[in-house]
Amino acid sequence: MSGNIIELRNLAKTYYIGETHVDALRGVSYTIEKGDFLAVMGSSGSGKSTLMNILGCLDKPTSGEYFLDGEEVSTFDKNKLASIRNKKIGFVFQSFNLLARTTALENTELPLLYSSTNGKDMTERALASLAAVGLKDRAHHKTNQLSGGEQQRVAIARALLNNPSLILADEPTGNLDSKTSSDIMNIFKTLNEEKGITMIMVTHEPDIAAWARKRIYLKDGLIIREERT
Amino acid sequence: MMKRALMHGVRTCRVAFRALARNKMRSFLTALGIIIGVGAVIAMVSIGEGAKRGIESRFASMGANLLVVRPGSQNARGVHGGWGSMTTLKEDDALAIGQECPAVRYISPSVSARAQTIYGNKNWNTSISGTGDRYPDVRNWEVEAGAYFDENMVKAGAKVCVLGSDVKTNLFEDEDPVGKVIRIKKIPFKILGVLKKRGESAGFGSRDDMIAIPYTTAMRRLQGIDYIQSIDVQAVSSDMMSQAQAQIEELLRLRHRIAPGAEDDFNVGNLAEIAETAAESTKMMTVLLGSIASISLLVGGIGIMNIMLVSVTERIREIGLRMAVGARERDILLQFLTEAIVLSLMGGLIGIGFGIGASKLVKKIPMFASFNTVVSIQSVLMAFFFAAAIGIFFGFYPARKASRLDPIEALRYE
Repeated sequence: MSGNIIELRNLAKTYYIGETHVDALRGVSYTIEKGDFLAVMGSSGSGKSTLMNILGCLDKPTSGEYFLDGEEVSTFDKNKLASIRNKKIGFVFQSFNLLARTTALENTELPLLYSSTNGKDMTERALASLAAVGLKDRAHHKTNQLSGGEQQRVAIARALLNNPSLILADEPTGNLDSKTSSDIMNIFKTLNEEKGITMIMVTHEPDIAAWARKRIYLKDGLIIREERT
Repeated sequence: MMKRALMHGVRTCRVAFRALARNKMRSFLTALGIIIGVGAVIAMVSIGEGAKRGIESRFASMGANLLVVRPGSQNARGVHGGWGSMTTLKEDDALAIGQECPAVRYISPSVSARAQTIYGNKNWNTSISGTGDRYPDVRNWEVEAGAYFDENMVKAGAKVCVLGSDVKTNLFEDEDPVGKVIRIKKIPFKILGVLKKRGESAGFGSRDDMIAIPYTTAMRRLQGIDYIQSIDVQAVSSDMMSQAQAQIEELLRLRHRIAPGAEDDFNVGNLAEIAETAAESTKMMTVLLGSIASISLLVGGIGIMNIMLVSVTERIREIGLRMAVGARERDILLQFLTEAIVLSLMGGLIGIGFGIGASKLVKKIPMFASFNTVVSIQSVLMAFFFAAAIGIFFGFYPARKASRLDPIEALRYE
C-alpha cells in the first residue's frame, strides 16, 4: 500500500527565550512516502532536532500543518499525542535510553505498559521483538551486561514492539564503533525493506546517511537540498 | 471496564515494585521512617490502652456497684474539718440503709485504725479494718482459707479476725493461721480465715496489709467510739447506682433531721464515677502518647517525600523515555504516587509487626511489669491508614513534578 505517511505544510517553530526569539524552523514543506528511508542532515542549529521532535509528536509546531497517516496531529492534545507515540512511532536514541539494572526483556516490554493490550502476551511479543534484532538469547540479561551494540538493538526491539509505521532514530550510531554501526544500519535496512517500516534518521555522518534512500539537508530552519540514491 | 482498570492497577503496582527493587537499600531506609512511626504509634497506644484497662480492672476489683457513705465535714466556728471528720454517722444509719433502701443489696459499716499485732515472738503494725459480715461481697474480695465472720459474731462484737495475706506472711510465714489466736492491742483475737491476695493499689501501698474484724468489736473494744467512719454500700445492679444514691441521701437527711435547703452532713461517693474520670484521664494520656508518636510518622512521611524528589531528579531521563514511548502525564503521576504508597504501606505493615513486638517487649521490662499493654485493632488500622494517607500526601508533590516534565528536555537531561 503506497501513499504518504507524512505531509508537512509550511511548518514553523519559534522558541521564545526572554525577549529574543529563535526561529528554529521557518516554513518547512515536505512529503514522506510510506516505506521511505530518509536521512536528515545538517549542522547543529540547523533545526533538525526541532524537526525530529515535531515529527515524533514530542513537540508541536508554532504554525503550519503536520499530517501523520492523514491525521492533522499538530492540533492534538498531550494525551492524544502520547497515544500516537505509543502506537505509531518507535524511537531510537543516540544514548540508547534503557532502564538501568533492568533486563532486556523488561526494557523491551516498556511501551506495552502504556497501551491497552492484554498483559498476557506481553512477554511473548517482547520476545518476538528481541528475536527480530537477534537478541532472543540475551532476553534475561540486564542492561549493564550488554555491549553498546546490543543495548542499541534492545532499544530497536523496544521501538518495534507496537508494530509502528514509523521509526525515528536520533544519531543511532553516534555512540558506536563503525563495525557495530553497520550492524545496526543493517537491522534498520532489513526492517525498512522487509516490514515496510518508514525510517527517519538524524545523522551527521555521511557514510551512515548513505544507507538511506533519500537525504535532506537543513540549514537555518529550511530544507536546502534533497538527494536521492 | 472493571477488568481493564484492575489490570492497569496491577501493572502500575508491578512497575512500582520493580522500580523500588532496583534500589533496595534506599527503599528500605525510606520505609524505615514509616516503620518506626507506625511502630511507635501502635506501641504507645498499646501502653495507654493497657493503663486504661489496668485502672478499670482495679476499680472493678474494689467492688462492683460500690457506693461509699462518709460523714460530712465538721464546721466549728468557720474551721472546716474535711470529709469524715464528723461523728454523725451511726451504726443505726448503716442498718437503716440496709433495711429501708430497696436499691441497696448489702451494707458494711467501716471503722479502721492502725494497731500493733502480736503472734508468738513476732509483731507487726498493721491496719485494723472494722467491717460488716458482708464485706467480702461488697468489696468483691474472696476468702482464701477458712471463713469470714458472720452476722451473729458482728452483733455480739466477737473477738475474731480475718487476716490479709501480707499479715499472714509476716506473722505466720508458712504456718496455717486458721484457728490460732493473735493479740491486737493486747486483746486476743481468734483467726477465722485469710483473705485472697489483691496486690498493690494505685499509690496506696499494699491492700493486703490489713486485718478485718467485726466493726462492733472495733468500735467498742479497740477505739471506744459510738460512731462509724464510713459505710460501704453495694447497689442491686450497676443501673441502680444513682437510685441507691438518691434513696440513701433521702433516708439520711430524714434520719439526721436536716431541713430542706440545708447542707448534707454526709457524702455519698460513687466509685463508678471516679472510675469513669480515671478512665477518661488515661484516655487523654493515650491520645497524648499517640500524638507524640504520630510526629515520628510525619517525619517518616517527609523522608518519603525527600527520597521521592531525589528519585524523580535521578530518573528524569527514564521519565522522558517513558513519555516518548507513550506514557501520559497521568501514567507518570500514578507510577510515582504508587511507588510512594507502596513504600509507606510496606513500611506500615512492617511497622505493625514492629509495634506489636515492641508492646509485647514492654511487658518484659521490670519497670512496666504492672502494665498490661493491649494492642487494639483500631490503633493498628488507624496507624496503617495513616501511613497510606502519608504516602499519598507526601508522594503527590514529587509525582506531580515528574508528570509535568517536558519529554524533550527530560530525554536530553544529563
